Amino acid sequence: MWGYSIAKSQSIVYDQNDRTIINYVLEQEPSLRTCMACGGCTSTCSAGNLVPFNIRRLNTLLQRGEYSQVKKEIYNCMLCGKCTIVCPRGVNIRNVVLKTREAIMNSEKSDANDTNAI
Amino acid sequence: MEQELGKNAVWANYQKDIADDHYYYCRSCIRQAFLPGSERMFLHIVGNVLGKDIYDDPKHTTCTGIAYHSDLVPQETTATVIARHFALMTEAGYENMAISCITSFGLYTEILETWKEHPEEEEKVRDYLWKATRREFKIPKNIAHTSDIIFHFRHQIAEKATRRLVDVNGNPLKVVDHIGCHYAKLFPSKGVGGAEFPYVLAGMVDAWGGQQVDYPERRHCCGFGFRNYLVMANRGYSVANSHKKLESMKPYQPDLIVANCPGCAMFLDRWQYTIEQMEGKTYGANGQGIPVLTYEEMAGLVLGYNPWDLGMQLHQIDVEPLLLKMGIDYNPAGKHELGARQLTIPTLK
Repeated sequence: MWGYSIAKSQSIVYDQNDRTIINYVLEQEPSLRTCMACGGCTSTCSAGNLVPFNIRRLNTLLQRGEYSQVKKEIYNCMLCGKCTIVCPRGVNIRNVVLKTREAIMNSEKSDANDTNAI
Repeated sequence: MEQELGKNAVWANYQKDIADDHYYYCRSCIRQAFLPGSERMFLHIVGNVLGKDIYDDPKHTTCTGIAYHSDLVPQETTATVIARHFALMTEAGYENMAISCITSFGLYTEILETWKEHPEEEEKVRDYLWKATRREFKIPKNIAHTSDIIFHFRHQIAEKATRRLVDVNGNPLKVVDHIGCHYAKLFPSKGVGGAEFPYVLAGMVDAWGGQQVDYPERRHCCGFGFRNYLVMANRGYSVANSHKKLESMKPYQPDLIVANCPGCAMFLDRWQYTIEQMEGKTYGANGQGIPVLTYEEMAGLVLGYNPWDLGMQLHQIDVEPLLLKMGIDYNPAGKHELGARQLTIPTLK
């Protein structure tokens, strides 16, 4: 009805958040460091027009080490690559999505192995 | 005694000069749209009740503040528009500005302070203005927000008052004062009491018989914040600020909120409805909201004016419980009359 809700107070403690996934992605695709959060990728995104997928917001969440929303949305990308074509900083966003998926899969595998070991 | 002198000496540093007479009036976009009675009442109080000279110039325009703070207008454009206002003031023969909007007040101050630090910017803007309009200007001698002027004459208003900020039993009303961020948080020396101890509204409350309410989030922003509100997806941040303040003030059971910024008056009023609809929460007595008044409405009530002539029927939160508490004899049926015009009566669907 409203299109918004009362924002809850939150604080982000970078030192305590888990940055494993973003560190892996930055290592594999260093061009992501040049992102200036213009949102060109998001505005041109075909998937984002149809389903919840906002690459600009996902980048912010990745940088903060807050992955739950990233895990929900990252598979909505169709890998069409239009975002990569429009990016003014030349970030290979398509590869960022692939590497993020890879990192999430690796972390889930490692969690599963830890559980099996227990 | 020495300590008292020390306190007074320190407090003297928190005062500002406010001109006594001959004002050039700068209107506010938001107030004209949402609180038109307050603009009219300010001119009436200053011009007719206090007998001062104030000029309401039809050539005056927006200061561009909302567009400036939304990144739609660059500073040079804003500075040139404000320079034109200075030129209009100069042409009309005035030297003291009375600025009705807190956003404008902050912006006029920001431009003047920029020119103090960077005189080359002033030269550039003088050149822009000359090329665009063939106008020249003098820097105003005194810049005051309209709440400064009402504060300046608060004791004279108290002398002429027919009512006080008290309930029917004579107990002082509990008043929350809310100061707009752009009044003194940008340039603390430009506000009465600075950013830490703003006294501009509390001084009126004290002079007119009310009781100030001090509560933890007293200096918190109302949440308007331009981009917080203008982009719908961000409005949750805006309402969260008002929510935080209202939660914080509720235990003190305030009778009313008074604000000196048109944006704050609007949002603290309108967001109470939104919060009630979203969460079912209300913050006033008997499941009602807390009325939010402008300082002119508060002044108008103590001066004995009809609340409907002050435009108080245009608020989101009903002011009638407050009027009854104060024992004001008003005509409930006149609520939807504005002069000879009949306002649309809201209906529930």
